[in-house]
Amino acid sequence: MTTPIQHIIHNNHFWLSPQRCIYWEEEHSLILSDLHFGKTGHFRKHGIAVPQEVFKEDLQRLIEQIAYFKPQKIIAVGDLFHSKENKEMDLFVKWRNDFPGIDFMLVKGNHDILTIEWYAAAGIQVKEGIFTINDFHFVHDPAETDGEIIKNGFCFSGHIHPGVHISGLGKQGLSFPCFHFTKTQAILPAFSKFSGYVILPRKKTDNVFAIVEEKIIKL
Amino acid sequence: MRLQTTKGYRVIEQWLTAKAFEPFAFQTEAWQHIINGESGLVNAPTGCGKTFSVFLGAVIQFINEYPKDYTQQKNNGLQLLWITPLRALAKDIGRAMEEVITELGMQWSVGIRNGDTNTAERQKQKRNMPEVLIITPESLHLVLAQKNYPELFSHLKIIAIDEWHELMGSKRGVQVELALSRIVNCCSIQNSKVKSKKNKVVVWGISATIGNLEEAKDVLLASLQTEGIIIKAKLDKNIVVESILPDEIEKYPWAGHLGIKLADKLIPIIENSKTTLIFINTRGMSETWYQTLLTVAPQLAGAIALHHGSIEQELRLWVEDALHTEKLKAVVCTSSLDLGVDFRPVDTVIQVGSPKGIARFLQRAGRSGHRPGETSKIYFLPTHSLELLEVAALKTAIKEMAIESKEPMLLCFDVLLQFLCTLAISDGFEANELFREIKSTYCFADITETEWQEVLQHLTIGGKALQQYDEYKKVEIENGVYRITNRRIAMRHRMHIGTIVSDAMLKVKLMSGGFIGVIEEWFISRLEPGEVFTLAGRNLELVAIKDMTVMVRKSSAKKSIVPSWMGGRMSLTANLGRILRETFNKALVDEDEIELKSLHGLFELQQTLSHIPRDNELLIEQVEDKNGFHLVVYPFEGRQVHEAMSAILAYRIGQIMPITFSISMNDYGFELLSDQTVPVDDSNVRELFTDKDLLLDIQKSVNNTEMAKRKFRDIAVIGGLIFQGMPGEKKKARHLQSSASLLFKVFDEYDPNNLLLKQAYNEVLVQQMDEVRLRHALNRISNSKIILTFPEQITPLSFPIIVDGLNRNNYSSEKLEDRIKKMQAQLEKL
Repeated sequence: MTTPIQHIIHNNHFWLSPQRCIYWEEEHSLILSDLHFGKTGHFRKHGIAVPQEVFKEDLQRLIEQIAYFKPQKIIAVGDLFHSKENKEMDLFVKWRNDFPGIDFMLVKGNHDILTIEWYAAAGIQVKEGIFTINDFHFVHDPAETDGEIIKNGFCFSGHIHPGVHISGLGKQGLSFPCFHFTKTQAILPAFSKFSGYVILPRKKTDNVFAIVEEKIIKL
Repeated sequence: MRLQTTKGYRVIEQWLTAKAFEPFAFQTEAWQHIINGESGLVNAPTGCGKTFSVFLGAVIQFINEYPKDYTQQKNNGLQLLWITPLRALAKDIGRAMEEVITELGMQWSVGIRNGDTNTAERQKQKRNMPEVLIITPESLHLVLAQKNYPELFSHLKIIAIDEWHELMGSKRGVQVELALSRIVNCCSIQNSKVKSKKNKVVVWGISATIGNLEEAKDVLLASLQTEGIIIKAKLDKNIVVESILPDEIEKYPWAGHLGIKLADKLIPIIENSKTTLIFINTRGMSETWYQTLLTVAPQLAGAIALHHGSIEQELRLWVEDALHTEKLKAVVCTSSLDLGVDFRPVDTVIQVGSPKGIARFLQRAGRSGHRPGETSKIYFLPTHSLELLEVAALKTAIKEMAIESKEPMLLCFDVLLQFLCTLAISDGFEANELFREIKSTYCFADITETEWQEVLQHLTIGGKALQQYDEYKKVEIENGVYRITNRRIAMRHRMHIGTIVSDAMLKVKLMSGGFIGVIEEWFISRLEPGEVFTLAGRNLELVAIKDMTVMVRKSSAKKSIVPSWMGGRMSLTANLGRILRETFNKALVDEDEIELKSLHGLFELQQTLSHIPRDNELLIEQVEDKNGFHLVVYPFEGRQVHEAMSAILAYRIGQIMPITFSISMNDYGFELLSDQTVPVDDSNVRELFTDKDLLLDIQKSVNNTEMAKRKFRDIAVIGGLIFQGMPGEKKKARHLQSSASLLFKVFDEYDPNNLLLKQAYNEVLVQQMDEVRLRHALNRISNSKIILTFPEQITPLSFPIIVDGLNRNNYSSEKLEDRIKKMQAQLEKL
């Protein structure tokens, strides 16, 4: 794993990892979005043979990130699970039980359709709508941020699965998944490798960090 | 038994004589072989009684069986299964057959089975099979998905496959092969039960002329394990080709689709003909042409119509009916009217733009003047100047009758997986027994035991999984029989059979009611409500998209967006390519033909700036402009070969130094575009085109291009990895949606040995990177003079490639990070 890159917002230190998550130093929190756990299982249950390796690796990457940053808290900005309950989630719960000391918050996304009881049993605190710590806010869909609330703060979101495109001479072009920062918002890349990305338009003032292979490159 | 002495023949002969008809020699020949119980292939063009060559054979056979009371025999069960590639053909063929049956006083009924057949009708057919069933390959597979399907075939005598040349070489052709092997085998089992040898099923294909008729027959009859017979209709047709030339060729564009400027020249041709068919290469352009013709000649409103594959079936059928009844002066169409029944009133055909192949051009020309002995006339309207050269080449090709071959597809695991699921839904299958059957087809003759096991495992275990955390469910084994028991999976599979189109298609519906056609999702998703687009010749305003339906209202807006449909772009065939290279020999030397004469100015400019390649030369031009460095190569081998050759050339140059190319191509040549000078000169150019290490280089370059990803799109759909949603289940299915490119990425990274992924790479190797053809081309080049030029500006030959070529692939031997840094630096300079 290569070193994360530091990004400072309102004097807080955020470390962007090429493994598609952010570590928030002051709050000892790991922020990630769109993990879509259970997606391969959901497909397979319906007769579509996608390899479960993707899920396994996603889970392993998460464990590695936890081992590296040693967070006290995990904040998932939505779409932690892909669909209804299936056996893949049992594996997740088994893993979750190995880290009882870590708080796990889920800011609900459109895919998170499991029951309250299920989340409670899995040791996951579910937050509806906008979740706030100090000046920092968390909401799944960036379109649902409240302008009033983030006036003096900053908001983390997911949902979009952002990507960036750059072009050069000779009709060359490349695109990558990315972290997309505006002045008041950050949109996280999808953590799951079983997901695509959408190229977002960018303003000059936006900071975009592309995930290139195992590196973060600021564009 | 001699045909002429049989009762059946005499009945048919009488009936024909009463109508003042006389059977063609090839028809009586076919009838004789049919009553002898043989199988084979009839080679005859459309409109020459090819249908009757097989259908009347079935009738004669039946009469011979019941000479005394053939008019009394009712409910005989399915006698003749008629497979046709197009739904639209079924109706006309059925009508023609019914007419014969009625006039002969027989009790046969004719049924049609395709996507439009309603449930009630299907149930009726199940209870009481008609004697003749006209069916598409997809619907035939749906029949095989019914419980107890073998019973339906217990009286079957003949399976006819119409337009086999069109099916072979496509995955639908493979569907036909598999269905044939199953039906033939289940019939032989059934018959052995009743111990009657008389009921042996025979198979008859009907095909237009292609270069490999013998092979076409072998593919079709493989599972019968008989040699079979080819019957040729020797009907000579005279074909006249006339170019429509612009008044000033100098002002004619070097590239693009600007033939539309010549639209007014079509008006007198249309007006002086009874009915004219105007063939356009793409659906998008056909919309534009239709609009333009109406603008140029408003008097034609109501007498001219549009016909292409994305227009609602009903509208298309209306156009076809109107063609029969002479209500139309002209129809603008695409390959949608290539096939099928004859439109007698058509006396003129206009081809706009290159037809890309000799067989297709001949088929279209044959749309006029059908009767044997009549002359077929076809006008050719070039869409840019170089296409005139193609006409000259086509004329030569027609003289030589250099008709292309159709290559059958091999080892299509996606179609096999679909087929196995189909059988698992109905009566299930036993692995060993079915393996023998599958292996008897041409497509799967070379399938290995290991591959077969992989296929079975894909269905039952579903590739890589986390043992105890897996719930994969599709095909299960019960007492050695493979079955699908889950109702939902079965239902979804049935919905899925026949989705050979890869891109999601949305129906277009008027707010006031009525469907207009279908449109690709990617096109409509770029539009905002309120924007206006053109479909079926109408300007339509987008209102909303809901549940796979695009709601529109009519618009009077002047401006509208013409959709482009993916696919449908043909590649120049090898035969035409060769003749085209030879045609270049005449440039500036022997310009007798009007087309060549018209191009004189262009040739002179090409000669001044660079060189005119002769057929023993390979021209390579290197030009620099603001976009970068262009290396343009002209093998004239057709786009498909160029795609492969350019990938290999890019790979080989990439081994000299780290470099990045974006690659474009057309039928004449290809372009490697880079941001830096390309290290190709006289010292190394021969090595770059060598056929040494070809196979190795092919394999290495395949992985570096987008080709496999593109192939995977179809494979993923047919192989059941992508669902296009089904009625009533839209919401739930949403969590099952993923794009082909995402799946490709996932498999490539996590399950590289996946059967379907390997097939994608294989299809590239076999079809796209056709080693044999590529080796031929490279051999030819190694015996040619290679001429490198460095023109000051873009030449007439390179212009169409650089400006208008299809940009498909990229290749890079540079590090990703280096490329990003370079692009960032370039960006800062601006």
